[in-house]
Amino acid sequence: MSEKIPGFIGGYVGQSVPRREDKRLLLGRGRFTADVQIPGMVHVAFARSSVPHARIRGVDMSAAKASPGVVYAASGIDLKGRLPDISGMQVATPQAWRDRFDNDILIPDQKLIPDDKMRYVGEPYALVVADSRYTAEDAAELIEPDFEMLPAVPDCQAALDPKAAIIHEEVGRNFAAWLHTSKGEGKAALGSAKHRIKKRFYHHRYAAMPMETRAVVAEYDERSDSITVWSSTQVVHWVRREVANALDLPEERVRVIAPEVGGGFGVKGHAYPEDIVIPWLARELKRPVKWIEDRHEHILNSAHSRDLLLDLEAGFDDTGRISAVSLEFLADSGAYSPVGAGITGNTVVHLLGPYDVANYECECRLVLTNRTPNAPYRGAGRPEAVFAMERMVDLIANHLGMDPADVRFRNMIPPEAMPYEVGLTYRDGIPIVYDSGDYPKALKRAIDELGGLESLRAKQKAARAEGRYVGIGFGCYTEGTGVGPFEGASVKLDATGKVVVATGACPQGQGHETVFAQIAADLWKVPVEDVYVTVADTAGVTMGFGTMASRSTVTASGAIKGASEKVQTKVIAVAAEMLETGEADLELRDSGVGVKGVPDMHVTYKEIARAAKPGWDNKRPAGIEAGMEASDYYEPPTVTWAYAANAAIVEIDPETGKVKIERYVEVHDAGVLVNPRLADGQVKGGLAQGIGGGLLEELAYDGDCQLLTGSLADYLLPTASDIPDLTVLHQETPSPLNALGVKGLGEGGAIAPPVVLANAVCDALREYKLELNSTPVRWADVAAVFEDPFSTAAE
Amino acid sequence: MSEKRTITLKVNGKTYAGLAEDRMLLVDFLREELKLTGTHVGCEHGVCGACTVILGGEAARSCLMFAVQADGMEIRTIEGMADGEEMHPLQTLFSEHHALQCGFCTPGMMMTALDLVHSRESLTREEIRIGMSAAICRCTGYEGIVNAVQDYAKMVYGNAAKGSRSDV
Repeated sequence: MSEKIPGFIGGYVGQSVPRREDKRLLLGRGRFTADVQIPGMVHVAFARSSVPHARIRGVDMSAAKASPGVVYAASGIDLKGRLPDISGMQVATPQAWRDRFDNDILIPDQKLIPDDKMRYVGEPYALVVADSRYTAEDAAELIEPDFEMLPAVPDCQAALDPKAAIIHEEVGRNFAAWLHTSKGEGKAALGSAKHRIKKRFYHHRYAAMPMETRAVVAEYDERSDSITVWSSTQVVHWVRREVANALDLPEERVRVIAPEVGGGFGVKGHAYPEDIVIPWLARELKRPVKWIEDRHEHILNSAHSRDLLLDLEAGFDDTGRISAVSLEFLADSGAYSPVGAGITGNTVVHLLGPYDVANYECECRLVLTNRTPNAPYRGAGRPEAVFAMERMVDLIANHLGMDPADVRFRNMIPPEAMPYEVGLTYRDGIPIVYDSGDYPKALKRAIDELGGLESLRAKQKAARAEGRYVGIGFGCYTEGTGVGPFEGASVKLDATGKVVVATGACPQGQGHETVFAQIAADLWKVPVEDVYVTVADTAGVTMGFGTMASRSTVTASGAIKGASEKVQTKVIAVAAEMLETGEADLELRDSGVGVKGVPDMHVTYKEIARAAKPGWDNKRPAGIEAGMEASDYYEPPTVTWAYAANAAIVEIDPETGKVKIERYVEVHDAGVLVNPRLADGQVKGGLAQGIGGGLLEELAYDGDCQLLTGSLADYLLPTASDIPDLTVLHQETPSPLNALGVKGLGEGGAIAPPVVLANAVCDALREYKLELNSTPVRWADVAAVFEDPFSTAAE
Repeated sequence: MSEKRTITLKVNGKTYAGLAEDRMLLVDFLREELKLTGTHVGCEHGVCGACTVILGGEAARSCLMFAVQADGMEIRTIEGMADGEEMHPLQTLFSEHHALQCGFCTPGMMMTALDLVHSRESLTREEIRIGMSAAICRCTGYEGIVNAVQDYAKMVYGNAAKGSRSDV
């Protein structure tokens, strides 16, 4: 365990406090968006494109409008001009970043319901509102679109062919962004390297796939001209902004609540057309309106992720020391780019990971195709970079006849080099400085947990002698976490003496209510039960950002601390008046304020709150305003740097190609852990998703850009029998960038497994010279090695 | 559209009568007509297991059958697991083992576990992993779920009424 932050000693931070969220969820009383039922509510079904690229000549709604139970039906053409587009720049990158990155960015806007063209299979072109979802779907099937087919643009390479059809005419080209950056001498330095390896890597498309699909319910109140929206989202304040814009209402008249959210992992991390269309319908029809995405819709229409084609070249010496790296890649953004170039920027700056590489150059394009739009999913551009780089490290080891672990140790930034200037710029516009940590120690701990390198290699050799194929794989990464721009919190000292906290963070299972209560309880010196936490409700705090990008523990806790301190300044002033003591002699303790060293001299928060009330007989000293509440918007100086080392042992079944994971270890550093059990849960859950993505999950398209995996029978999520018991060890190096010493940890687990497993399988089949340079690792590809006795590579 | 029929179900010990169109799914009947929203809809094609209920003593996908097919049957849903505010031992174990994060799969996961544990007389950890593969959790990585079910199985098999289906 690390040193505790002063003021948190003996507190709740660092303890595995049981989750306050559990009981209602376990009793079946959690309220998810689909559980919101309002009398008079009507239901929406969308008509969605079955073709990837077409011009809309017309949409015949007559049969749908006449269908029983239908209340309203409209096509995108009917709605033209009535609803604004979602700006392509939902997330604008800061000027400081654009100044330091060579860039050319043109993100297309997204029509809520297009009237001109269909750009991916699943895009809506019309909608029906009816008295039940059943009747709405009946009617939606009667909608007759008249599409003029256009040539599909199925993937990145096809998109950049000069003869390719243009997907967004107003953009005029099939890429939304071009980025370029370098450090040192860039790729020119490859020329002076003794050895060079250049390889192409592909990280396939898969998705967050939360168990709860997206869902939106909206109710308009005519009396107050206000609207309440329940949305299964990670970003209530973004949704509010877009709804207020579309409905031309003040943001204060739009309340967005994300009640229980059944998983998000990034896919619910931006505003979607349905988030805006449903509230608009509720006001238009003056009735509560509900839309629940079905699973097929979710797989077609909610954002996909990954899908990068990377060309990586590394230069190195005889000892495995890497001197230069060049990366060029294409990211398949699909038909839109709802979160802009940020995810691509993540790939650019996370490539070098924990390694000290003097020279680096990267050029990439965010390419528009007729696939489903691509947005960040747990890892957000990092798994792709880490796959290419960590495969490359293994290829370097193979080339030199070294152990892959040794090449990693050879290149890792030593702990004494911390803080370490990377020489690149993060997407918040700040030059990257790894803030803290011990990368070699993390890898050594991971290897030691498996018995040490020598013993591992000996066991592997012994297994081979018995005819078994056992492999060891490694994977290391660094991860910028807790990114800005800000998070908001409001803190109130209630009249009852309880502490009431609200933040813009929007949990989807992380346990924020528990974790923020722990932090606030320590800040206020109250029992954790006396802290009430509101999350994911715009009514709780004026401005908020939301939960994605491994950011909430870092950013929301900063805002909770800031707001608490503002209130505590007043609390101390009032207590000083009540206790007739100087403020400097006072301390927060035992749910109130006491005189240091004098146990009996104490007033409770309840007494203070009453004494501070506005009006007659108050005890506020001159200059202290009434109201024991404050808001704070924490703007982090830059990101905190989490990192991890992974090691796994796999065994291959030569009959089937099955990859059995014998052991999997991740040594992870997220700084101070507020709640170690929940931290473990986050990392293990992420690892399971990474294993799923590495071995099973795949959004496969055919050459005509039709999705082949449109159900959970085709898109294989890992089950309890696919995921082994996982070992997670924490290395708690406090971040110097915030008072709690915390770093983010939501995404980390999902980053490394695809490459760790690929490396382990290649290691097991070393004698066949198998090279798995694309994901996922398919059983069939592994089995094929044994079927072809002349196979030397599976490239 | 077909006519609605009156159907009668005994859910969590209580008899309910309601109107259902022939095509109405059992899960929609439970959620929309009976307002028992603890049973969730995750995929509507029988893969994810979020909608699992105990129907006539066995785990069943309530998204894969019509409400009219369940007419006259006994059903147990998540709402019937606890004794008022007193959690069922399996619910307590789920919390203790951090076997839930978002909680969306949890009701179906616990129904699956009840059926698995009470339909056998013993279970190895590997058998629990295979048995619990009937339901998908996207958050936890399953370790906590397997731990909770294993502890629950130990508890049930340690009791005199070993593996009795009447507990389901």
